[in-house]
Amino acid sequence: MSLIAATPGARDHRYIAEPTDPGRRPVTDRERPTPPSSDAPADPADPAGPTASTDAVTDPAAPSEGNGLVIAGNGSDGGSGSGVNGHGYRYRYEYEYGGGRRSRRRDRGHDGGPPWSRHAAAWHDGRHEHHHHVGRRLRSLRRDPDNRVLGGVCGAVSRATGVDATWVRIGFVLLAIASGVMVLIYAMAWLLMPMEGETTNIYSRAVADKRGIRLVAAILIPLLILVQLITSTLHVPFVGFLGWPTFIAIGVVILIWRNANETEKAFIDTDVVPLFGGDTHGQGRRMLIARVIVGAVIGACGIALLVMGHTTFAALRPVGGAALVVAAAVVIFGPWWLSLVRDLLAERQARALAEERAQMASHVHDSVLQTLALIQRSADDPHNVVRLARAQERELRAWLFEGRPPGAISEDATMLAEGVGLLQRQVEADHGIAVQVVMVGDCELDEALRALLDAAREATVNAAKWSGEDQVSVYAEVEPDTVMLYVRDRGRGFDPDAVPDDRQGIAQSIRGRMVRFGGSAVVRSAPGEGAEVQLSMPRRERVK
Amino acid sequence: MSGSATTGRPRIFLVEDHAVFRAGVKAELGDAVEVVGEADEAAAAVELIGERLPDVVLLDVHLPGGGGHAVLRGVHPNHPEVQFLALSVSDAPEDVIEVIRAGARGYITKTISGPELLQAVYRVAAGDAVFSPRLAGFVLDAFAQGGAAPAAALDPELDQLSPREREVLRLIARGYTYKEVARDLSISAKTVESHVSSVLRKLQLSTRHELTRWATDRRLV
Repeated sequence: MSLIAATPGARDHRYIAEPTDPGRRPVTDRERPTPPSSDAPADPADPAGPTASTDAVTDPAAPSEGNGLVIAGNGSDGGSGSGVNGHGYRYRYEYEYGGGRRSRRRDRGHDGGPPWSRHAAAWHDGRHEHHHHVGRRLRSLRRDPDNRVLGGVCGAVSRATGVDATWVRIGFVLLAIASGVMVLIYAMAWLLMPMEGETTNIYSRAVADKRGIRLVAAILIPLLILVQLITSTLHVPFVGFLGWPTFIAIGVVILIWRNANETEKAFIDTDVVPLFGGDTHGQGRRMLIARVIVGAVIGACGIALLVMGHTTFAALRPVGGAALVVAAAVVIFGPWWLSLVRDLLAERQARALAEERAQMASHVHDSVLQTLALIQRSADDPHNVVRLARAQERELRAWLFEGRPPGAISEDATMLAEGVGLLQRQVEADHGIAVQVVMVGDCELDEALRALLDAAREATVNAAKWSGEDQVSVYAEVEPDTVMLYVRDRGRGFDPDAVPDDRQGIAQSIRGRMVRFGGSAVVRSAPGEGAEVQLSMPRRERVK
Repeated sequence: MSGSATTGRPRIFLVEDHAVFRAGVKAELGDAVEVVGEADEAAAAVELIGERLPDVVLLDVHLPGGGGHAVLRGVHPNHPEVQFLALSVSDAPEDVIEVIRAGARGYITKTISGPELLQAVYRVAAGDAVFSPRLAGFVLDAFAQGGAAPAAALDPELDQLSPREREVLRLIARGYTYKEVARDLSISAKTVESHVSSVLRKLQLSTRHELTRWATDRRLV
C-alpha cells in the first residue's frame, strides 16, 4: 500500500481494492505508531481508516467512493460491502466530527510517524473502542500538559469522549460539590493516568520508588514512634490516634512529589504552593497568615450563627437579609469599585511605562547616541568608524534580541571592583583617555550598584569627551551603608547651572539613574577648574 | 640632601629594569635633576646607591632579584638620608604597602606626567611624603579594615588615622592635588603635607592589629 500511496495515479484503485485486499495488514501496523491501537488483535477492517481519513479531506474528487469504502472496511460493519450506501454519510460525518477534532488534540504528544497516521490512530481509537475495549481506552488516556487546569484529567476525559473540556470540567466541579467523592476520583485519576508522552503513571512510579519509600520510612517511622511515646506518656491518646493518618498522608504526599514529573513539579511550585503561602518572605507570609486567620474566624462565626439559628426558621431571616443587602451593594456599587480598581491598575501601568521609557532613553543615550557622536568625530578615520559601527551594532542586537541592555556594565561583573575595572577598560578603549581607578573596599553588585556603575560610566565618558584632558580619576569607596564614587577630571570645567535641561547626559543618565534607585548625584565644577561628579548609592545589603 | 644644597638640583638614582622607561624618565626630568646612576636589578642597585648616595632613588616596585623592597632593606638601615620614591605601572596593594613599610617616602604610578614627577621628586628630596591617589586608596583600605582599634596595648596615635587625615587621603584618592586638597579643606598646603607625612609615619611604624592582619592576609610583613 505504501507503494500505491506514493503513486498518485493509483489512488482510485486503492479505494476499491482495499476492503478485500488481504495483503494490507502489515502495512497498517507500520503506519500506526501508537501502541494502544496496534496491539489490538482483531481489527480487520480498521486499516482502511488511515488512508481514507486523509484522502477524504485532501481529495474532493473521491468523496462518495471513499466514504463507502471506509464503511466497508470498518470493523463495526464486519468488513462487508453491504453497508456502503446505507451508512456512507453517517460515518463520514462521524469521521469529520470526532476523528478530525480528536486528531488535532492528539498531534501534540505523538512522536514520530507521519501526521496522517496519527489522524488514523485517533480516529481508530475513538470509533472502535466505543464498541469493544473500554478498558484499553481507559489505559490509553493521557493527561495533556497543555490542556489542563489542575492535573489535566478533565482534558484527558474530554479528548477521549470528544466532549468539550470546559463541559467536562463543569461536570466534574458540580459532581465534586454534590458529593466529595468526585474529588477523590479526580485525585485517583491524576495518580493513575500517565502524562502525555509517558508510559508510567505517578502511582506506579511511587510504588516502584524504593529509595523514596525507604526515605519516607526512615524519617517517618521513628518520628511516629516518638510521637506515640510522647502522647502516651502525656495521656493524650487522641493525638496519637490522629498521628497515624497524618503521617501516612505525609508519606504519600512525599512519594507523590518525588514521582511527579518536572512540569507538574513546576506547576505545584508556582501555582499551588503560593496558595498556601509558600512564598515565605516576611511580610507577605505574615499578611497571608493574618488573612487566613481573619477569614477562618469570620467563616467560623458565620457557620456558628447559621447552625445556632437553624432551630427556628425566623432566626435565618436576618442572615438572608444581610446577604441580600450585601448583594444589593455589590450590584449597585460593583461597577464603580471595578472602575476604581481599573483606574488604579491603569495608573500603575502608566507609571511603569514612564519609568521604562526613561530607562530606555538613558540606554539609548549611553549607547547609540554616544557612538554616533564618536563616529562624527572620527569621520576622517574610516577604520575607526567601521569599528565603532560594528561594536554598536553588536550591542544593539544584544539589547533588542537578547535583552542585554546596552551601555550597561556587563552582567559578567559580580563585584563592584570588577565592574569598575570593566568600566575603566571600556572607556579607555572607546575614548582613548586614561582612567585612573582607586578602590577602597569592595562589595557585591546589586541592581542599584549596577545603576551606580552605569552612571559612573556616563560621567567618565562625559569627562573623556568634554574635559579636553587625557586623564580622568575614578575613586570608589565602599562604606558600611553607602557606596561613594567620584569621577574627577582636571579639564576645562563648566558651570553646572548653565547646562540646559535637555542635555541628557547629566540630567537623565546620571542623576535620573541614581535617583531611581534611591541614590544621589552632585556635580561640582566651575569653568577652568575641572569637574567632579559625586555619586552616592545606599547599600541594600550591608555586609558585616 | 647635601647635593641639592650645593647644586640646587636633586641627585637622582634610577632603579628600573626597563631601559626604555629609564630613558623616558631621564628625558622627562631633563636638566632639573642630576641623574647619578642607574641599575636594573636589586643587588647592583644596593651597591651603587651605597657608593653614590643620591638624594632620591626612583625605585621600581617590581625588580629582578627581590623587588623594590630588597633594595630598600639593603640601603635604608645604613643610609637613612637617602630617600626612596616607589614608582610602578600598576601594582597589588601588598607590594606597594610593603615598599612603603620598608621605608619609601611615597608611591606614584608611571602614568604620572613629567611636571608632576618632578614635583614628587622635589617633595621627597625635601623629606615630605608623596601620596598618589592609588596609595591613598591603599592606605584608606588598610586602615579601614575592622574600624576602631581594639586592643588597649596598641598605640592609638599610630594605629588609627585621624578624621582629618582620612579626609585628606580621601581627597587625594579622588585625584586632588595637595593644593586642591588644601583649598577644599580650607587649610594650608603645609598642613596637608604634615597630615600626609603623619599618615606615612603611621603606615611605617604602626603595629596596628588590622594593618598587620591586612598585611598578613596579603602575605606581607
